[in-house]
Amino acid sequence: MTFDGATLQMLKTGIWETFYMVLLSSLFAYVIGLPLGIVLVVTDDGGIHPIAWLQKILGTVINLLRSVPFLILLFIVLPLSKIVIGTRIGSPAMVIPLTIAAGPYVARVVESSIREIDGGVIEAAKSMGASDWQIIRKVLLPECRPSLLVGAALAVTTILSYSAMAGFVGGGGLGAIAINYGYYRYEAGLMWVSVILLVVLVQIIQEAGMKLSRKGDKRIR
Amino acid sequence: MENPIIRIQNLGKEFKTSAGQVRALDDINLDICQGEIFGIIGLSGAGKSTLVRCINYLEVPTEGDVFFEGKSLKQMTGAELRKTRRSMGMIFQQFNLLAQRNVMKNVCFPLELAGVSKTEAKRRAMELLETVGLKEKAEAYPAQLSGGQKQRVAIARALATNPKVILCDEATSALDPNTTKSILSLLKEINKTMGVTVIVITHEMSVIESICDRVAIIDQSRIAEVGRVSEIFSEPKSKIGRQLILGDAAGQVKFGDSKQLRIIFDGRESEEPVISNLVLACKVPVNIMYAQTRDVGGTAMGQMIIQLPEDKTDGERVLHYLDTVKIPYEEVREHDI
Repeated sequence: MTFDGATLQMLKTGIWETFYMVLLSSLFAYVIGLPLGIVLVVTDDGGIHPIAWLQKILGTVINLLRSVPFLILLFIVLPLSKIVIGTRIGSPAMVIPLTIAAGPYVARVVESSIREIDGGVIEAAKSMGASDWQIIRKVLLPECRPSLLVGAALAVTTILSYSAMAGFVGGGGLGAIAINYGYYRYEAGLMWVSVILLVVLVQIIQEAGMKLSRKGDKRIR
Repeated sequence: MENPIIRIQNLGKEFKTSAGQVRALDDINLDICQGEIFGIIGLSGAGKSTLVRCINYLEVPTEGDVFFEGKSLKQMTGAELRKTRRSMGMIFQQFNLLAQRNVMKNVCFPLELAGVSKTEAKRRAMELLETVGLKEKAEAYPAQLSGGQKQRVAIARALATNPKVILCDEATSALDPNTTKSILSLLKEINKTMGVTVIVITHEMSVIESICDRVAIIDQSRIAEVGRVSEIFSEPKSKIGRQLILGDAAGQVKFGDSKQLRIIFDGRESEEPVISNLVLACKVPVNIMYAQTRDVGGTAMGQMIIQLPEDKTDGERVLHYLDTVKIPYEEVREHDI
């Protein structure tokens, strides 16, 4: 294995591709997952606005999507990328399957964060005349912010590991380098470098999430 | 009562549980007057927490209605109900402060919900924090406060929207005796200076005793009795009332075969040597089984359980004496307490 300029350039591109794939997918996954997570809690039996049928349908759809293995989901969803983005290979095309896989996951993570909030606080807000929307915006979300941040670190690292799998179906990023060079061409050195870079990325995301969460948590004296 | 601020009419509440229907409240009728401190006492599971939540419709009753200043809460739309709730502050056993907001922002919270401007909310919050004696803690977070301080913040928060009523759901049950005392005197002060009607839910007789004007005793989902605290303390009529008020007498009195009487003192009689006079007049000894006096609203209230002599004529003499001097008494049997 030689680390010439071309290899370094390739790794740099890989990092960049991984970065924006994960960033965009995470962003879209939260755009979908955050409201879904809120709806799951709010419409639940005993929530602030119970709607049994909606809760049931949402829960079932999310479970369905979550039970499909990501590699299979990739194959199923890539034609959709072709329609939306115009191509089924390359990193931008991967954002769609990643978002579809991560959205339901994020919804469950957000749901469990919101469920941690003590019912008494919600009751207190109600007793002060808060509307459902005010409870969501001013009680539920701010009160579980530290937990949401820990959940976000969890979700983003999961998306990162999904993005590595995208290398199998023509996606880019560090995962693709590890697979194409390490697996198909037996260049173990390059594979390990990509893997280590992925590990470092996971560490950074996890640490950042935990730090932000702790720093913003006013329950700690 | 001319104008009750809150009228509870034929109120009932049923819960559906996995074990079937549970009746939490049954045919509750109460009028609560403007400016009074009204206590609702009962053992745990009696339905008192459900009752207080029906007053501001956090729990929707399955029967009957609640009227706030003559307006039916049942008829109100969601928006009207939320507006009405701003006229009824509520404090809780577990304080229920927002953990991620500091003290100042917690007190501002109900004002924020009501759409009051930030500067105005801050001004009002500062004023209230001064009332509850926590001005210097404005920037602190709930986690940095003691239980008593948290409850003071909760009281300030409940007062922010200038409510006419404050509902206290076991507000002192998580606090130690000294803190309980200071919170209760704060509530009393707020009642006196601001004219806020206070409704206190508790299982502690001492809370009722120290601040309430009137009390309702709730037992097995129903109101067992209602009245002025001084009256109910001197003469509890219901079985549960006796149990709550005279409860500690039960363990101490051993019933023999002969008749036992409960003598009830109101403020006047506690100054007379009743028993000494009785013994001197009847020339028979009586056995004092239990005696207790309490300070209720500034007057001494008390009760005494005496055992009459075995001899029937001697016993009748004592009864006759009590009748002539008009001291209220009643015969007690073991199952009465």
